[in-house]
Amino acid sequence: MIEVKNISKRFDDTPVLSDVSVKFEQGKTNLIIGQSGSGKTVLLKSIVGLHDINEGEIWYDDILFNSLSFHEKKDIRKEIGMLFQGAALFDSSTVEQNVMFPLEMFSDQTYEEKLDRVNFCLSRVNIVNANQLFPAELSGGMKKRVGIARAIALNPKYLFCDEPNSGLDPKTGILIDNLIKEITEEYNITTIVNTHDMNSVMEIGDKVVFIFNGIKYWEGTKEEILNTNCKELNDFVFATSLAQKLKNS
Amino acid sequence: MKFLEQLGKYFILLTKVFAKPEKLKIYYRQTLREIENLGINSFGIVVIVSVFVGAVITIQTNYNIENPLLPRYLVGVTVRDSLLLEFSSTMIALILAGKIGSSISSEIGTMRVSEQIDALEIMGVNSASYLVLPKIIAAVFFFPILSLLSMFVGIFGGYLICIISDVVPTADYIYGIQYVFYPHYVSYALTKMVFYAFIIVTVSAFHGYYASGGALEVGKSSTKAVVYSSILVLLANLVLTKLILS
Repeated sequence: MIEVKNISKRFDDTPVLSDVSVKFEQGKTNLIIGQSGSGKTVLLKSIVGLHDINEGEIWYDDILFNSLSFHEKKDIRKEIGMLFQGAALFDSSTVEQNVMFPLEMFSDQTYEEKLDRVNFCLSRVNIVNANQLFPAELSGGMKKRVGIARAIALNPKYLFCDEPNSGLDPKTGILIDNLIKEITEEYNITTIVNTHDMNSVMEIGDKVVFIFNGIKYWEGTKEEILNTNCKELNDFVFATSLAQKLKNS
Repeated sequence: MKFLEQLGKYFILLTKVFAKPEKLKIYYRQTLREIENLGINSFGIVVIVSVFVGAVITIQTNYNIENPLLPRYLVGVTVRDSLLLEFSSTMIALILAGKIGSSISSEIGTMRVSEQIDALEIMGVNSASYLVLPKIIAAVFFFPILSLLSMFVGIFGGYLICIISDVVPTADYIYGIQYVFYPHYVSYALTKMVFYAFIIVTVSAFHGYYASGGALEVGKSSTKAVVYSSILVLLANLVLTKLILS
């Protein structure tokens, strides 16, 4: 479980997050939604410690994460897996080396054991016969899947995904979404997904948090989202004419 | 103020770079890779530049001291001392600042803007140390070797032009390059090269590490890396020469 309490973040004098409090539950796919520039990526990066917050608290289970030093945070970071928007695979390394990297850094396994784990993770995300390919040789969807394989290599307790299906066609996007949900439930991970894709919300959103102008406007389930009275959320969810027609029908 | 802010960020980066490495075995492997990238892959340019410059210095020196009162072996002496004292350290360092500095800056800058550095940080890896320390070790170890190579090849270039165009009798040239040799010149050049290696790698890595934006900014940081590391190499040359040779 991850809980943020009253966190605020400013860049110089510009507030980006204001007094945000949310509890992200274990074994569930927690979604942060909001339009571009709403502050959801800053929220995600603040939770993982890539941005220092100005006020508030970030709790990983019973550990106050934002009070830890860089070295103390390392122990928690080893339990974090993250899928970045562009997958962030290491360009000069093969698929196999990318997935093996966290194992080489933080485990004392033999090479054979590490290779077994790499192959297991790659097969879990349906990547076969691609161990020796470089990221430049992969499609967008494959890069995301390799990114997920790398993120789960060390059996993380917490999984973060920043816009996992951006730049993908709807079908591949749903495949990635479902993969994230399956992995979350299979390993009982606390997963936080950052998205503005309503397909993802309706497909995998166990819990949905709506951020608007750096403020948490709404939280609930994917079922509740369709019947909410929150105007800003309705404007976001039913932004397209097709969605409005469906709502009115 | 901005200069002081940049200087502060540079030293903060250095403290991160010299923090205790996570896993020595990985750093050792990375260092070997960087020796190949930064050192061995620079052999070609060092050899080509040095052989031509050695030949040109020979021709120019001969042209300038064409005087019956001056012995011909002075051409050899001048070529040797020019290469040892300045060309094979400072000029080679400036060439390497262009080749290696831009490569380091753009590599790390691209990793920054494509979130690869964030990915390392999320995993709990000290990204600054993992990316920069092996480069520093490789360059500090290998730049002096490149300098030695440049000295030999440059002198050989002068010898070649003596054979090809007969600007100076080869016997005089060979006598000249052995005449009143101070081994101290070599250690002076190698000492300078160690400092230059450190400057080029850290300044270039600094500009890449703090790059932000996209391809345009990475390109700009790469240009800045070459310009600033070149200026600092020249400044270090002045200071070290004053300290060592005065």
